[in-house]
Amino acid sequence: MASLTALTPAQDLTPITIGGVTLSEEVPEAIAALMPYAGQTKALSAALKEAHGLALPGPNRMTKSDSHRATWSGLDQAFLIGPPPASELATHSAVVDQSDAWVVLTLEGKGVEDVLARLTPIDLRGGSFKRGHAARSLLGHMNAVFARDAVDRITIMVFRSMAQTAVHELEEAMKGVAARASAN
Amino acid sequence: MQIRCPLCGLRDVREFTIKGHAIALSRPAPDAGDEAWNAYLHLRENPAGVTTELWHHTAGCGAWLKVTRNTITHEILKVALVRDGVERTDAD
Repeated sequence: MASLTALTPAQDLTPITIGGVTLSEEVPEAIAALMPYAGQTKALSAALKEAHGLALPGPNRMTKSDSHRATWSGLDQAFLIGPPPASELATHSAVVDQSDAWVVLTLEGKGVEDVLARLTPIDLRGGSFKRGHAARSLLGHMNAVFARDAVDRITIMVFRSMAQTAVHELEEAMKGVAARASAN
Repeated sequence: MQIRCPLCGLRDVREFTIKGHAIALSRPAPDAGDEAWNAYLHLRENPAGVTTELWHHTAGCGAWLKVTRNTITHEILKVALVRDGVERTDAD
């Protein structure tokens, strides 16, 4: 068989730096959707703590350990991002490999909120979307997962097939914000 | 219009998809008879006032919501997760 070259979802599209804000791609080792079985949420959280050192995040939150982070991604669902999940988790939840389904983009720098304010209907400013917060909403017309894992950094996940559109939309918004700042 | 999702909080209507009247939650028994099934499938009220509808939080948490709203004032009176009846009024 021919030797094939693995491409990342946003291969050659990032990093982009405009006006102090940098958009880059993160390529996690694995992304797993954890969907606890009925009544198993607490047990899953305990198993997660035991295996990877972090709790299952509640709605609109993310949790972190040295090796992994977990981002709430919907009703009874969280994404575990990092090395592949321990098999014990499957006792308490459905574990579905999502590694190749998403592009993970990181928007970093002062003013990331101004960039995202042009694309998403929710308030992602520091006052209401703090470190450790997560949300499902829209990036333009794309369903997205947002998480703030540091003060000036927000990660954005959209479906892999939309990577190019997401990068394009974000780049245009970054240009707009930078142009507005230099016009003042 | 904005809907307060019990999980996600107050969100713009563009994140939601409407299914229609919440009658879909009251499915008749299989042997309920032609009249009940005809009403369930085809007959709908068109109220000027308070009604209950099913909305899907498509671009959010993916939950089905039972929304009580007033078609005259556009006021949203109550939003509940269909799954477990968690309810929250707009004043919360």
